[in-house]
Order: sequence, then structure tokens, then C-alpha cells
Amino acid sequence: MKRVVFGHSWLPYFFLLPQLAIVIVFFYWPAGEAVRSSFYLEDPFGFGSSFVGLDNYANALGASEYQRVARFTVVFTFAVTFLSLAIALLLAVKADSVLRGARTYRTLLMWVYAIAPPAAGMLGILLFDQHVGPLTHVAEFFGWDLRLGVNYYDTAVAMVVVSVWKQIPVNFIFFLSGLQGIPRAVREAALIDCKSGLRRFFTVTFPLLAPTGFFLLIINITYALFDTFGVFDLMTKNEPANNPVSLVYKVYLDGFRGNDLGGSSAQSVILMLLVLVLTVVQFRMIERRVHYT
Amino acid sequence: MTIAETQTALSATGLAARRVVNWGVVADHAILIAGSALMIVPVVIAFLTSTWDPVTIHREGLQYLPGGHFLDTYGMVIFHGTGFTGEVNGMTMMVNSLILGFGFSVGKIVISMMAAYAIVYFRFPFATISFWAIFMTLLLPLEVRILPSYEIVQEMGLTNTYTGLILPLIASATGTFFFRQFFKSVPDELVEAARIDGAGPVKFFIDILIPLSRTMIAAIFIIMFVYGWNQYLWPTLITTDEHYFTLVRGIKQILQVWIGSQIPDYNEAMALAILAMLPPVVVVIVFQSWFVKGLTESDK
Repeated sequence: MKRVVFGHSWLPYFFLLPQLAIVIVFFYWPAGEAVRSSFYLEDPFGFGSSFVGLDNYANALGASEYQRVARFTVVFTFAVTFLSLAIALLLAVKADSVLRGARTYRTLLMWVYAIAPPAAGMLGILLFDQHVGPLTHVAEFFGWDLRLGVNYYDTAVAMVVVSVWKQIPVNFIFFLSGLQGIPRAVREAALIDCKSGLRRFFTVTFPLLAPTGFFLLIINITYALFDTFGVFDLMTKNEPANNPVSLVYKVYLDGFRGNDLGGSSAQSVILMLLVLVLTVVQFRMIERRVHYT
Repeated sequence: MTIAETQTALSATGLAARRVVNWGVVADHAILIAGSALMIVPVVIAFLTSTWDPVTIHREGLQYLPGGHFLDTYGMVIFHGTGFTGEVNGMTMMVNSLILGFGFSVGKIVISMMAAYAIVYFRFPFATISFWAIFMTLLLPLEVRILPSYEIVQEMGLTNTYTGLILPLIASATGTFFFRQFFKSVPDELVEAARIDGAGPVKFFIDILIPLSRTMIAAIFIIMFVYGWNQYLWPTLITTDEHYFTLVRGIKQILQVWIGSQIPDYNEAMALAILAMLPPVVVVIVFQSWFVKGLTESDK
């Protein structure tokens, strides 16, 4: 809070009004509606609805399909987060250490940030295409008959590849800025104390980067859960039934394709709780991050 | 520049007899070049393929050299109705994407700056509760409340309007959070000085705080423009009339046609995907330093 503030009776409300109005109409109302309809069973033809308590939750969580999607989401999230963080960290450490061309590398490695997930999915479809895709040919060379959109696991692998590719730039930017924030004195001291570059990385650089890493971990989990919607929507090629989908995509499928309002809302609320937990974790990490630096 | 780097690396190798080659540095460059290639090659292949005719692509696979159909393909995609949508061409979709990108980023910046100003510079009843009401929105992305959001916007009759497309996307506090952090770092002496000079809160906001925030506004504008331009799920739901399709929304449409056809128009599909990528990519590359600053400072 500012030491010096203005006192005015109606002006602050005038400034706040647009934001508050939008937030109430387009955030609280729908969020509340999601919670409410998760306790109701809606007639698919719109002839009213009946209160069913926690049935929607029980049905969602109990369904083997939901559990399968949840398992896939966990594996997918883990794979995307781990791979994109690892590759980005390697590239950031190298981009930070080279003297020549550091700026050029930064540009070359970060611009993919601007590509929309569905556009990345489109590129994925092309590169993994059955007939013309070069990556399919490479897989074929190694004796792997890769069939995107037909074989469940092949599609899953292609989705992970595309999602990782799309996420590397963000992680790279944050890791690089984290690395550049390490004081010169610390680096030079480390250089004198420790000759082995690898050991220097794990004993000095890595612990100093840990706060950035924690922060990115949450960012990446959120990305893998929510922002990959476009990748899923494109790469399942309109046949989500026998292809891998994420929990968020299933909310959309059940709500808009399946017309199961109650079930979809119950899944939404489950996801809301998940995000809530993630956010609490994130805030604790940020506290610790402040403590570090 | 990558080529230049390779050359330095190569010439260093060539001089091995006379000079001590630092293999570590060579390896670093090799890794960075491989990483850059990983990022660039898929898009370049898509672009090169889009400059060929569909029959060649269908027969020979993706192309790694430029073909002679650049003007044909892009002219077709930009100015003609083409096979994707029938009536709407790339130009219309480009305009819609720009409206979404600018509308979203400008709307978000104006609304969130005002809200952040009220929160940081005023003391009033309900301040705390307003603050929390706004910041709670950081918790839930649009994706998890998508169905009720759609129904509410539909009830309001806002489907297939720019208002319905843009306003619900603005309902999150990212921008407000960002400006709040920045305003808090502005020295208090400025307010005191302004008061002594007889400037009221509105004058202070417009004449001092906004000019002071120029760099921050630029940074957040770039991030928000890219975010708005790249929106996919919401435009897919809310626009069913082709005249409101954005380029990113149009990608789904290409796929629909693609799935059903004998010889897919790979070239046109890729051309439209490239068009959808181009503006945000150019913005991010040109305004790189602002963009990186905005991105890395927004979390603090």
C-alpha cells in the first residue's frame, strides 16, 4: 500500500467498475453456474433439471473412461513438463556461456513462443502425416510403423513432441534470464573453486536456478493441462473416441459434443480444485523464491 | 548468423594444428545450432511445402526447396474463397484476428490500468474485497468454466459478435496484477510533488503515471496481442458465422476439409497456417527486448 494516497468518494469506484463488471459477469457468474449445475442432472432436450447431489462427481470419477483420461493426462503432463524443461535448461546454459552470437541464439530459440498451439498441431499433423510426413518416414526407417490418429500410443507420442516443441521457448527465456541474474562475482568465485564445468553447474548454477525452476514447473503443468487444448483438438482429427485426450479436452467433449451438462460441470469443478491446489503450491514457492534471493 | 557461427566453429577446427581448439566451445555452438534448427526447421518445411502445387506434394511428399507456386497459393488463400470455407478468404480472417488481437490487448490494458490505479492509489471501503474479487480470477483459466461461459454469452445474444469474442477473454487479472506491481514501485515522492502542484488524481494518472508506464504498457501489449491473436477454444465456440472467423480459428476449418478430401490441399493448408503464425512471430522478434522484459518481470 502507498504511503501517500488519494482520498476521493466515488473516483476509485469509477476506475474499478469496468474490471469488476467484466469479472463478475464473465467469471463469477459462469464459475458459480458450473458449481451449481454440477449438482444437477440436466435433461438433454432442455425440459428442466433435477437435483442429484454428488451423483455427477461419483459418475465422473467412477467411470473407467475418466480414469483412463486422467492417467493419460498425468503421464502427458509429466512428459511435456520434464522434456521441455530439460531441453530448455540445456539450451539456456549453453546460450548463457557462449560469447559470440548469444543474442542471435536467443532470437532463434524463443520466437516459437508466438505460434498458436493449434498452428503447432497443424505442423505436427503435417510432419507426422501418413503419406508425406518426414517424421513418419524416420520412424519407418527404425522399423516403427507410426500411425497418427489411428494408433493410440503413436498419437500420444506425436502430441508430446508437438507440445514440448511449443513450450521450449518460454522455459528457455525464463532460464536464460535466471542465469543472467546470477551475479558475476558468484560465477567467478565458482570458476576459481571448481574446475569441472559439470560439477560447477550442479553445485552452483543449478541451486541458484532452483527458484526459477519451481516457478516454471507450475507454469508448465498449467500449460500441459490447459493450453494444449489446440494441439489435442487438431491432432485427434475429429476422432477423439479412440485417441488420447486430456481432462480439459474431455470437459469440452462431454459438454459440447456429449451434451452432458452436469457431468461436464462436475469435471470442471474437479479441475478447478486441482488448479486451486497448484496455485497454493505456487504461492508457497514464490514465498520461498523471495527467501532465496 | 547461424552460418557465421558455424563458420567460426569450422575455422576454429581448421586451425587445430596452430591454435588450441576449445572443443567445449565448439560443442556448445553445436548444441545451440541443433536447438535452433529444431525450432526453425518444421516451420521452414511448412513454408517451402506451401510454395508447391498439391499434386506434387501428394506424389513426392514434403518439399525442402522453394517451389514456383508461392504467388498462386498465397494469392488464392488471401484473396479467394478457396476450398476451406467457401465464402471467407484469408484477408477477412486476418482482419478478424487483428480485431481480436488489438481489441483484447487494448481493452485489457485500459481496464486493468484503471483497476490497478484504484487499488494502489486510493483508500476506500471495499478496497480489500474488490482486490480479492479481481485476483481470484488468476486461479481459474477460461478452459475450466468454458461451458457455462458459453451459455451465458449465448443468452446475452453475443455469439458471432466481436464483443462476445473479446470481453469474456478480458475477465482475468493478469494485466491488473502486472500494473499493480509496477505502480507499487513508482516512488511516493511523485504523488507528493503532484499534490503540491495542485494536480488531482485524474490529472496525476493521465499526465504522470501513464507516460511513466510507457515501457510497461509496450511490454504487456506485445504479450497480450500474441495471447489474443492465438486464442483458439473461445473463438471456435463463439463464432459459427464464417465472417467472424479468425486465422487461428480457420486452421480447424482447413482440417475439416482435409479429412474429407482425396488429395488434400497441403499447400493451401500450410499457407494459411503460415499466415496465422506470421504476425505474432514478427511482433515477438521485432520487439524482443520489451517482450522478454514483460514476460520475465510479470511473475515478480
